[in-house]
Amino acid sequence: MTRLIAARVGMGLLTLLVISALLFFATDLLPGDVAAALLGPQATPEALATIRASLHLGDPAALRYVHWLIGVVHGDFGRSIATGRSVVTVLLPRFANTLALAVLAALVSVPLALGLGLATAMRPGSRLDRLVSTLCLVTISVPEFFVGYLLILLFSVQLGWLPSLAVLNGGMSFAQRLGAVTLPVITLVLVVLAHMLRMTRAALLGCLAAPYIETALLKGLRRRTVVLRHALPNAAAPIIAVIALNLGYLVVGVVVVEVVFVYPGAGQLMVDAVGKRDLPLVQACGLAFAATYVLLNLIADIVAILVNPRLRAS
Amino acid sequence: MSPPFERRDFLRAAALCGTAGALGGIASLSGCAVPDGSGDTTGMLRIGMAGGSTSDSLDPRTYVDWMPINIGYQLMNGLVEIDDQGRAVPELLESWEAQGDARLWTFTLRQGIVFHNGKSLTPEDVIYSINLHRGRTPSAAQAVVENIVGLRKLDARRIEVTLQGADAELPATLSDYRLLVVPDGFADWANPVGTGAYTLEVFEPGVRCITRKVGGYWKPNAGHVEAIQVLGIGDAIARTNALISGQVDVINRIDGRTADLLRRNSRFQVIRSQTGQYAVFAMNCETEPYANADIRLALKYAIDRERLLKTLLNGYGTVGNDQPIPPNNPYFAADLVRHAYDPDQARHHLRKAGREGLEVTLEVSDAAFFGALDAAILYQAAAQEAGITLNVRRRPADGYWSAVWMQAPFCGSYSDGRTTVDATFAKAYKSTSASNETRWHRPEFDRLANLARGELDAARRRELYGVCQHMICDDGGALIPLFMDHIEAGSDKVRGWKPSAIYDLMGQRIGERVWLA
Repeated sequence: MTRLIAARVGMGLLTLLVISALLFFATDLLPGDVAAALLGPQATPEALATIRASLHLGDPAALRYVHWLIGVVHGDFGRSIATGRSVVTVLLPRFANTLALAVLAALVSVPLALGLGLATAMRPGSRLDRLVSTLCLVTISVPEFFVGYLLILLFSVQLGWLPSLAVLNGGMSFAQRLGAVTLPVITLVLVVLAHMLRMTRAALLGCLAAPYIETALLKGLRRRTVVLRHALPNAAAPIIAVIALNLGYLVVGVVVVEVVFVYPGAGQLMVDAVGKRDLPLVQACGLAFAATYVLLNLIADIVAILVNPRLRAS
Repeated sequence: MSPPFERRDFLRAAALCGTAGALGGIASLSGCAVPDGSGDTTGMLRIGMAGGSTSDSLDPRTYVDWMPINIGYQLMNGLVEIDDQGRAVPELLESWEAQGDARLWTFTLRQGIVFHNGKSLTPEDVIYSINLHRGRTPSAAQAVVENIVGLRKLDARRIEVTLQGADAELPATLSDYRLLVVPDGFADWANPVGTGAYTLEVFEPGVRCITRKVGGYWKPNAGHVEAIQVLGIGDAIARTNALISGQVDVINRIDGRTADLLRRNSRFQVIRSQTGQYAVFAMNCETEPYANADIRLALKYAIDRERLLKTLLNGYGTVGNDQPIPPNNPYFAADLVRHAYDPDQARHHLRKAGREGLEVTLEVSDAAFFGALDAAILYQAAAQEAGITLNVRRRPADGYWSAVWMQAPFCGSYSDGRTTVDATFAKAYKSTSASNETRWHRPEFDRLANLARGELDAARRRELYGVCQHMICDDGGALIPLFMDHIEAGSDKVRGWKPSAIYDLMGQRIGERVWLA
């Protein structure tokens, strides 16, 4: 088992290395250069040349990649081209904001998805099952910005209960912060809930159809025990994988929600950075997002190994 | 600067006086306190604006978007400001005088001005601040001041400026939003020290900025609020929501449809400014088929400007006539041939060029100007009537200004209104301009425009600028269908708010000009 986990960790690191190279060279291929993006349409050639020279844009890409990678391994992501500030100090607070939002959304959505998934799988075809399935299809079909706008229309504009801007600042108490992020959290919960819920239900139903479940039921076990002790561990692997995927999405894919609620997260930071061709910042954001995905998948793999009796034994 | 005073306020004051007069038997307006914002500074003005980015800095050399510019004007002062009539009026420069042929200027500094750090304003500070944009500099304002060849302190109050080419409107040129004044040698751009009405408290680039009023601001009748918060809200719907739900008092950049909706609600006010901002489809006059003047004219007659104005802008704009000076500009030439939509005229010019059944490709993105893609589609339909096949090629907004603009022979672009006619011409119409997007090079035009710039006699200058406008309109490669108004909106509690003569949000100086009821 240890060897299995070690192999997964190794694969994760290798993935990150490949991603770092892809990121670096792909961003290098972006049309338009930093100097032009920084100065806008009114730039003079002299001003452009001054900026280009100061950024070593003339060096070969491979050389710049090696320099960058060595820096990254030492925790130095370089300086933002646009502002001259250290990339780490720019990125960290924004990434922390994104993580905070993701964690809150996960704390609500994961238990809710698992609970409802179990409840509906135990009584397929029941009124609850049909209601939940319909709602799932609705939330999964509506784009997230639309969900956000609907919530704003209802809770901010009509009722005036919650702010439409999720602006955080240092002087806010925890309760105020919670109030500010309520609408984006609800939006995110609605976005990721359906996927996890449906997967839980489907995986459980798949296992419940197996002959050994019938045997367990025939030997007189209660249905709840059968589902929790016998079906769930076997259905766990796909459920865990889907949860990991959705948690990753909560961190990486929420830029639209950030825009709608004007939430200062890392997604908006990366979009701004791409617009300004601030490559060190783009690469750092990309790497942070990739690392989140790799890490979550790694944890999912390990958890799946641990809960699966066959893999645990090997 | 005229004191902020609105008709509505006047009526309210007059009504109050009337009541007081009826009660007390004193019917005198002079005895009544007129609310003009000159009283105590109160409240926090909350601005939600587009035009901010995480990469923003408060260094004036880096200003290309509106959020840092707005904040810059809260913290610092310029040399010259533009009032709401569009006139150049003194700010840190108290007066100016041109010697002889407008090539040599003497500027006198205002006295008794103190920076936030306690230092008094001297000619050295002004010279340093202008020099930030001269020579080897990353400043985008380099082109604005490249005409200055000499900058010299005369005495404790006066500066002498020598120009390469005469400029009768140098003060207006110096009103550029990047020419803000900091102390000599200053370089700590994270905490700019200026002479403005406010000092910096919090600055998170592109996200949030809070400034607080300084005591004893030198400018009379300015700086009426205790604090200002600027929030970066890039999404137009999010901006409108923030205003409606009462989280901000002022928003910028709304479209005509939203403006019409907000106007129906008396809690909000909508401010519309005609600042000379225009949309343009630029034809490269050095490539075929646009090198042919008849083809250019045919394309100009084949666009339905009135329809664009109605459909795209809900009427919040003015029809353009293929030259960049708007009708409300004092130098506007009213006698130009109007390029109204006329398919027959377009066909006539096509026949003259021997290019009937012309097929061209227009490359656009909504980065070019608001609704550029829709405008291109409408143009396509109108041009069809004139027998022109107009292919619309949609290009990504990201990287548009480096990959398409100035590269594609026929593409969308825009320009903000400029303070002077010369600045407008210098930006995109003179041969020497680096952003001459139409590659329209006419030595005669350059000569006349430069002659006009140095002409101190206003009537003669108007005449010369009239000829220049004729040349661009009849011969140029710029198809300018629309002048687009700036529309902004806010709570009815914001007082003293007026349309801008240039840019939006009162020339981005809203922070020191408005007050809260």
